[in-house]
Amino acid sequence: MKSQRIQKLRAQSMDVQPTISEERAYLMTKFYQENEDKGYSVPVMRAKAFYYLMEHKALCFNDGELIVGEKGPKPKATPSYPEICIHSQQDLQILNDREKVNFKSEAETRKVYQEVIAPYWEGKSNREKIFEVVLPEWKEAYAAGVFTEFQEQRGPGHTVAGRQLFEYGMLDLQKRIAVSLEEHKADEAKCEELKAMHIAADAMMLYADRHAEALLELSQEENDVTRKAELEEMARVCGRVPRYAPSTFQEALQHYWFIHLGITNELNPWDSFNPGRMDQNLYPFYKKETEAGTLDKAWATELLHSFWIKFNNQPAPPKVGVTAKESNTYTDFCLINLGGVKDDGTDAVNELSYLLLDVIEEMRLLQPSSMVQLSEKNPDDFIDRAVKITKTGFGQPSIFNTETLVAQMVGQGKSLVDARGGGASGCVETGCFGKEAYILTGYFNLPKVLEITLHNGIDPRTGKPIGLETGELSAFKSINDLMDAFAKQVQYFAGIKIDGNNKIDTLFKENLPVPFLSLFIDDCIARGEDYLAGGARYNTTYIQGVGLGSITDSLAAINTLVFEEKSLTLEALNEVLAKDFEGEQELRLKMLYDLPKWGNDDDRADVFARQVFEIFHDAVTGRPTVRGGVHRINMLPTTCHVYFGSVIGALPYGRKAGVPLSEGISPVQGADTKGPTAVVKSAAKIDHLKTGGTLLNQKFTPAFFKTDQEIRKVSQLVRSYFTLKGHHIQFNVVDADTLRDAQKHPEQYRDLIVRVAGYSDYFNDLGEDLQNEIINRTAHGAF
Amino acid sequence: MIRSQQPIAKGQQPTAKKMKGIIYDIKRFAIHDGPGIRTTVFLKGCCCDCWWCHNPESRSGDIMTYEKDVTLDGHAITREETIGEAISEEKLLKEILSDEVFYTQSGGGVTFSGGEPVQQKDFLIRTLKACKAKGIHTTLDTTACFSKSTLEELEGLVDLFMVDLKFIDRDLHKKYIGVDNEGILDNLSILLNHQARVWVRIPVIPDINTGDIDNILSFLSEHIAPEQVNLLPYHKIGKHKYQKFGIAYRMDGVEEPTDDEMLVLKQKFEKQGYKTIIGG
Repeated sequence: MKSQRIQKLRAQSMDVQPTISEERAYLMTKFYQENEDKGYSVPVMRAKAFYYLMEHKALCFNDGELIVGEKGPKPKATPSYPEICIHSQQDLQILNDREKVNFKSEAETRKVYQEVIAPYWEGKSNREKIFEVVLPEWKEAYAAGVFTEFQEQRGPGHTVAGRQLFEYGMLDLQKRIAVSLEEHKADEAKCEELKAMHIAADAMMLYADRHAEALLELSQEENDVTRKAELEEMARVCGRVPRYAPSTFQEALQHYWFIHLGITNELNPWDSFNPGRMDQNLYPFYKKETEAGTLDKAWATELLHSFWIKFNNQPAPPKVGVTAKESNTYTDFCLINLGGVKDDGTDAVNELSYLLLDVIEEMRLLQPSSMVQLSEKNPDDFIDRAVKITKTGFGQPSIFNTETLVAQMVGQGKSLVDARGGGASGCVETGCFGKEAYILTGYFNLPKVLEITLHNGIDPRTGKPIGLETGELSAFKSINDLMDAFAKQVQYFAGIKIDGNNKIDTLFKENLPVPFLSLFIDDCIARGEDYLAGGARYNTTYIQGVGLGSITDSLAAINTLVFEEKSLTLEALNEVLAKDFEGEQELRLKMLYDLPKWGNDDDRADVFARQVFEIFHDAVTGRPTVRGGVHRINMLPTTCHVYFGSVIGALPYGRKAGVPLSEGISPVQGADTKGPTAVVKSAAKIDHLKTGGTLLNQKFTPAFFKTDQEIRKVSQLVRSYFTLKGHHIQFNVVDADTLRDAQKHPEQYRDLIVRVAGYSDYFNDLGEDLQNEIINRTAHGAF
Repeated sequence: MIRSQQPIAKGQQPTAKKMKGIIYDIKRFAIHDGPGIRTTVFLKGCCCDCWWCHNPESRSGDIMTYEKDVTLDGHAITREETIGEAISEEKLLKEILSDEVFYTQSGGGVTFSGGEPVQQKDFLIRTLKACKAKGIHTTLDTTACFSKSTLEELEGLVDLFMVDLKFIDRDLHKKYIGVDNEGILDNLSILLNHQARVWVRIPVIPDINTGDIDNILSFLSEHIAPEQVNLLPYHKIGKHKYQKFGIAYRMDGVEEPTDDEMLVLKQKFEKQGYKTIIGG
């Protein structure tokens, strides 16, 4: 049950209009203008800028809240990061005016951007530098939609809090910094980095102190006795954390939240920083206090409700150059992890896991998103409870396989205990919480590479030769010849992408270190190295493959029509595709309805998924990064399957030009006709253990989940997929009629949240093409 | 509309030794056809002619082709579709085994449904034996409309019988089902009293068999109780199929039972001590 104040705060959080705040950009600009000639080292300059920000940014207190602090000056006032990319007047106008996912800005705000912020950062922003350092081939492939680049508009973050974040205060960390400084005193670069970390910790304590003082004043003005006591307690809490390690449940939440604000203000690690294994990290506080009688379940719940609202108040930083359809969402990809196993491998589910599931269901907010890690050690009640929540239809929590997560990490060389302390973040990305920099760099358009292969290196959309000359069609005498040529093209484009990654990572490493974030990721302090320079214990860089279903069905179609039936030559097929099936309805119907398709447990198709997967894996995995780690793959699209589809012509499974690709490792929308067991059997045929995450989306109609007995069978479906080593599965439980109605009457469905791909979003905020794509995914309702 | 019927006559099936079976669907992740996650195999051909049958295309044992609408870019287009497939026992077993991991996880297995699966007795028995040899749990969803000797042949091959019980009243049965119910009730009696695992499935058709429910209860009370009673509320969803296949629809004017009516019935069965479930 939500208390009255929580209901009010929740409504406020849902209704408030997102805006652009100039505050952060202005303060950073001012600091840089005044200090650029002081001769500070880069990390110290960054830390001092951070200190200046935390010293001057406005404080915000919302009526009735129990956890305090906003990223901007008020809820949903969203900062920008001109060091990374600059919002032009046109960008601000588009963000202001566009119908969906808009960010309003006042004339005064735009004026500050025009007169102060943009003039200073032009020529200095990281985005501009990126386009200077990458190869011409990189730019061609990027423009053609072969791959995208995450770091073009955001800082490489993508990591999650480990348990140790809750175990140390800033003073503890500064003591460790002092020890490390002593150890590395001969190494100037390391000393500068460590000094920067020390300053960043000071900045955080100052920020908390400012809250404590203001809260004390508020409490003195407060007439309501109950609220007065709350404000006094909040002032006490902010006076203690994060200076010292938290000692109560409330302190732990506030401690985390201050650090969250620090990390997301320092740079924009646009996506995912979150409390990680929340039921594990908070349990010691919960247990201690409930046993001592200083905390009851109701109060713990109310504190968590207030904490949840803080996340929802922070939309993701808006993008620039708004033509890209890549990812438009307010979601900032915080993914709370519940369940899984403890360090010793035993069942980690506890009382707090269930309480947090209640909170997820009651709050029903876009952010934070949530997932359950399901281990074979976890009780059935736990997974049943989670499935019951997904039945309410907002796509949370998604379900991950603990045994696969652990096996992936151990396979990557992590210690067993570190692996057990990890989980998944963002959409589905495997990571070692508190110990790993695992950075996503961009999506890779697998079907586009096939299209280029079928045109001997030329992009048929533009006529430009952007790939290798791997042979005319007449040279492909068998499907294997085609696969060999495709593999060469994948190698080639992956090589270009990786070259770009290493150059971009170098820019960040040299120009935009993150000493504050580095405080919380082992072993940055001990090594005296920044998170972005290889300071983390483990370093991984990911490229995300997109369109597995689409390319599998394309290859299955080519194999059947051209090489088995021989009813068509490759040349003739290309002509049919070039004219987008015009005059070829019979052939197209055959392609759509009569050929083998991924997702039906049909090896005639699934064999190609495996081959494509291995080709992509071999092209990427193991190639070194500048942080001392290696590149790896995962298979997830966010919303990029829509953009990638828009740059590809017709495909041989009957898909017309421009239509969205399949998402994640899911089947092509509507192609899975044999039900969910066949889908998961297919999905399990790729080697999930070689990835850092795969995404499988299943849509069910609500009728599927009516009784406890049915819910248990859905749970068993999940467990079965996991015995086959599947990584992740998520359910969209909403019927197509509802979605169609929501398209017609958006005003009646303002709160309709649907699962997109690894995250949930408001249906109304999705572009029409993405809305249609979601409707077209098979709803397994007839079973 | 049925456009053609292929000449695979019912009469040929039982004689040929390794005759293929005629099925019209294999449904994986069937969660209402017995315990756990199951694969349900629908065999074509039925001895009964229930007025409310949801699968009228299953009555004939023949393979049929008809016209089916598919959508292409939002437009309906007519394509030919075949209902019914001749399948070998080996191929069917492979299909069944492909979901073994789900059966193991959930305590599920295979369900043979129809039509009346026993219409293709030899094929059914061969496939049941093959499933048992692989340790797959077997369920038979049946009308029990077959001879006593057939029942004996099935012994040891079926782990769970799901038996339809529509009427006790002979005349009503004859009218709405098209066959006598004497042998059916005898078979059910044998199954119940021999402590086979039995789920009795009772369709609830307002005004057609609801007046016979007390007789059904009294019939059950004379036997060892079934493991479970399923009350299956009549649904109109089958109606469009009658139009599609050009079969006369005789259920116009019959309403679906309300949730309240179903609950009252459920309580009635529970009061007699039966574990009762509404739906499959």
